[in-house]
Amino acid sequence: MLLVELTLAALTLGGLYALIAMGLTLQYGVARIMNLSHGEFMIGAAFLAYWLVSAQGLHPLLALCIALPIGFALQWLVYQTLLMPLVRRAPSPAALEVDSILATFGMLFIVQGIALVIFGGGYFSYDYLSMPVHVMGTAVAANRLLAAGFAIVIGLVVYVVLVRSRWGTAMRAMAGAPRFAHLVGINPRSMAAFAFALGGALVAAAGVLVSMFLPFSASMGVTFTMKALVIVIMGGVGNLMGCLLAALLLGIVETLVTRFIDPGLTLAATFAIFLLVLLLRPQGLFGRVGR
Amino acid sequence: MIHKVNKAAVVVAALLAVMAALPIVVPGDYLLSYGINLLQYGTLATAWALFSGPTRYISLATTAFFGIGAYTVAVLGEALPWPAVLAVALLIGALVALVVGLSTLRLSGVHFVIFTFGLTELIRQLVTWYEVNVTKSIGRYIFLDMSQLEIYWQLLALLALALLTGWLIRRSRLGLALRVIGEDETVARHLGINTTAAKVLLFTISSVFMTLVGAVMSPRWTYIDPAIVFNANLSFQVLIMSLLGGAGHLLGPLAGVIPLTALFEFLSARFPNHFSVLLGVTFLVIVYLVPNGVVERVRLWFRRPAAMVAKEA
Repeated sequence: MLLVELTLAALTLGGLYALIAMGLTLQYGVARIMNLSHGEFMIGAAFLAYWLVSAQGLHPLLALCIALPIGFALQWLVYQTLLMPLVRRAPSPAALEVDSILATFGMLFIVQGIALVIFGGGYFSYDYLSMPVHVMGTAVAANRLLAAGFAIVIGLVVYVVLVRSRWGTAMRAMAGAPRFAHLVGINPRSMAAFAFALGGALVAAAGVLVSMFLPFSASMGVTFTMKALVIVIMGGVGNLMGCLLAALLLGIVETLVTRFIDPGLTLAATFAIFLLVLLLRPQGLFGRVGR
Repeated sequence: MIHKVNKAAVVVAALLAVMAALPIVVPGDYLLSYGINLLQYGTLATAWALFSGPTRYISLATTAFFGIGAYTVAVLGEALPWPAVLAVALLIGALVALVVGLSTLRLSGVHFVIFTFGLTELIRQLVTWYEVNVTKSIGRYIFLDMSQLEIYWQLLALLALALLTGWLIRRSRLGLALRVIGEDETVARHLGINTTAAKVLLFTISSVFMTLVGAVMSPRWTYIDPAIVFNANLSFQVLIMSLLGGAGHLLGPLAGVIPLTALFEFLSARFPNHFSVLLGVTFLVIVYLVPNGVVERVRLWFRRPAAMVAKEA
């Protein structure tokens, strides 16, 4: 029973992290923007869902359908208006990295600040499918199960599209050899904008799923960004399969730490793994060669 | 050239001396507390730029070291004489900096940014866990007999020491090595520079200053808990102050500290709820409008006529 319970908890957490980290690896691996406001946009989507569900009376799954395109459009706009000038002026990839870190810090505070002004610092949640479901003799909240299912389905769909379609191949070409992508007819600028926006759509989906089963607050985004960054590095930058596996690994470790040691030490566990990976395999668990 | 450098050094030393005498000449609690704020940010920003200026690695570990210093005082403040407390804080700070530096600075800058991004939260969780499970009480009282004026002077001494260290490093082989690393790390390695050793050494020096600032500041609070001293906003404020002034110059961070300390004080008093948004806007303004800092801007203004004259001649 304990095993089933732990497995389900680890899958939920891992699936959620996978969505967030896949969004980040698209933004960082393909668009070359180290987006430190990622978690804030996730919490933003959670607040949007909260508002749609509790004030407008919409169904949470409808909120998911609304948040996806909004997340996409918003991040596309952010890339075109705020980040494009930085991409244009950057003399080197390292300079762009520094600039994008600083600019996304600015966005982090702005998005978080707006959420704080509108909603305050408290925790929010709404009631949706909170009745227990019995899975192999263990009671699990239905909303948790649904969120885990959606996270895994969305993650797998994106993975399959990126690996199987021509367009996904182009995107992976950008991640692998950014300087040569244009030689095979890829428009790097529009592809980068698209990848950044897609990352925004994924993180918006994650935000709505979080709002279904986890109380959330305006200042929570940073922790999610930290974990997503660790997952991206562990999986190897731009490597989607690595991202999925690293996210599941983190989900398992966090579940075990929460259950057997102390719920207050989840981030410490994340960073312990991160430190081990840095010391033993700096190119990432599933990366091939160090960049 | 040497003459010019000495002139600048004399001016800075004179200014520091004036600042040391100021609270006696112009007494006043508000002024003193403002001066302490200014010196706290000034020393932290100068220490930040010691490492991040030449290497161009963005460090977000300021709060982590500041908090380590403050906590060391909270734990040992009454058990040991003050210099010994500071020495212990220094050692712990250096040790943590070495661990962080050795594990992340061998790699690219991204690993370092990510690790320092989480370092404050990590140490906060560990301290909280320790206090809850081992000492069974979260939060500690600090009863140290230290006046505001003593804190002010100690901070001023730290600032002077940080400036002196920065000045000496700039003139040393280490400073040259770090500037090459900042320009191009691959080139630096090919020149035979041990890049990891140089970066770790400087990171440790910079972190030790931050730890000491935390230690000196902690008697200002009578009560501390992990949420108070490990407040991540401090890292961001120090970062943005250094960048506004310009991390490439020894005195650059101070040029950013003076206006931004006033601005942040004003904002947090007048618009406490909008502080985050305004902090974010400040970030964006600086990234887009003054990417290399105010000091560099001013230098360009002064240089431009000279360059044009040279062209015409």
